[in-house]
Amino acid sequence: MKPRIAVITFPGSNDDRDALRAVRLLGGEPVPVWHADRDLHGADGVILPGGFSYGDYLRTGAIARFAPAVKAVTRYVEAGRPVLGVCNGFQILCEAGLLPGALIRNAGLSFVCRWVNVRTEARPEGWPGWEAGRVLQIPVKHGEGQWVGSPEDVARVEERGQVALRYCSPDGLEDEAFTPNGSTHNIAGLRNERGNVLGLMPHPEHAVDPDLGPTGGIAVFAWLFAMCGAEVSA
Amino acid sequence: MRFRFEVLVSLKEGLLDPQGKTVQDALPTLGWPNVSDVRVGRRIELTVDAEDEATARAQVHDMAERFLSNPVIERYRILEVEGTGAT
Repeated sequence: MKPRIAVITFPGSNDDRDALRAVRLLGGEPVPVWHADRDLHGADGVILPGGFSYGDYLRTGAIARFAPAVKAVTRYVEAGRPVLGVCNGFQILCEAGLLPGALIRNAGLSFVCRWVNVRTEARPEGWPGWEAGRVLQIPVKHGEGQWVGSPEDVARVEERGQVALRYCSPDGLEDEAFTPNGSTHNIAGLRNERGNVLGLMPHPEHAVDPDLGPTGGIAVFAWLFAMCGAEVSA
Repeated sequence: MRFRFEVLVSLKEGLLDPQGKTVQDALPTLGWPNVSDVRVGRRIELTVDAEDEATARAQVHDMAERFLSNPVIERYRILEVEGTGAT
């Protein structure tokens, strides 16, 4: 089965084409969706791609959250369908209240653009296509990737196993030194409680083609495809 | 009636404000070593058409809570600009 994966393009998105390409490369059917579209063209899953939607005005993701296509995403989430938010997509999911906490300016103030290692955390109950304890090499490129939450939010995501990815050393050791943005508990990716929403700052769509470098991103697409009842064909 | 407001938005206490810290770190090099607790925020000016001041203010609070600030990380303060209470 070929999963149909929608990728929403906002004014200011710039990783939408790479996301569409990654879906095709891994054996899925990419479905381009415009932010003003009121439905997701019957796709099985959806990706909110990276970029600078609406110029990052007010706060990152703050305005994209009101787009008609994001209202359709909210209905998808309620229906239990999978949603993957990358970078700006992660920021939009937090602003929309579909994931806890918020993403603020990197602790070092600088925009970071480099390859990082992230460790896949223990597989939550019933999460398909997700193998814990792997170290994935995936690039980051963001100015506002420091995840923060209230003390209650932080305790809750840890207790309920919502942390999907943490920054780590090439050997999988967790240490602040390997976290590019000061993120709380070295969090690089979070899932919702139900497990059908995943947001992360690293860009899996840039790490799927062996001709272009490391392919740590495939593991993230494997989860998305598995949630659609399919497998990646890498 | 038209009412003019300013909404001041800043990061919550206890959250590291990297912009504020950078500004603070620069001050001693310019000869002001006695400054602390620098926080950088955002100011939004707006005009609301409403029946009365209380209605306008309630709407600004609602907008600040749901859109102009993110209550997870920010707090806000609303100031009414004097002298613009009526047209």
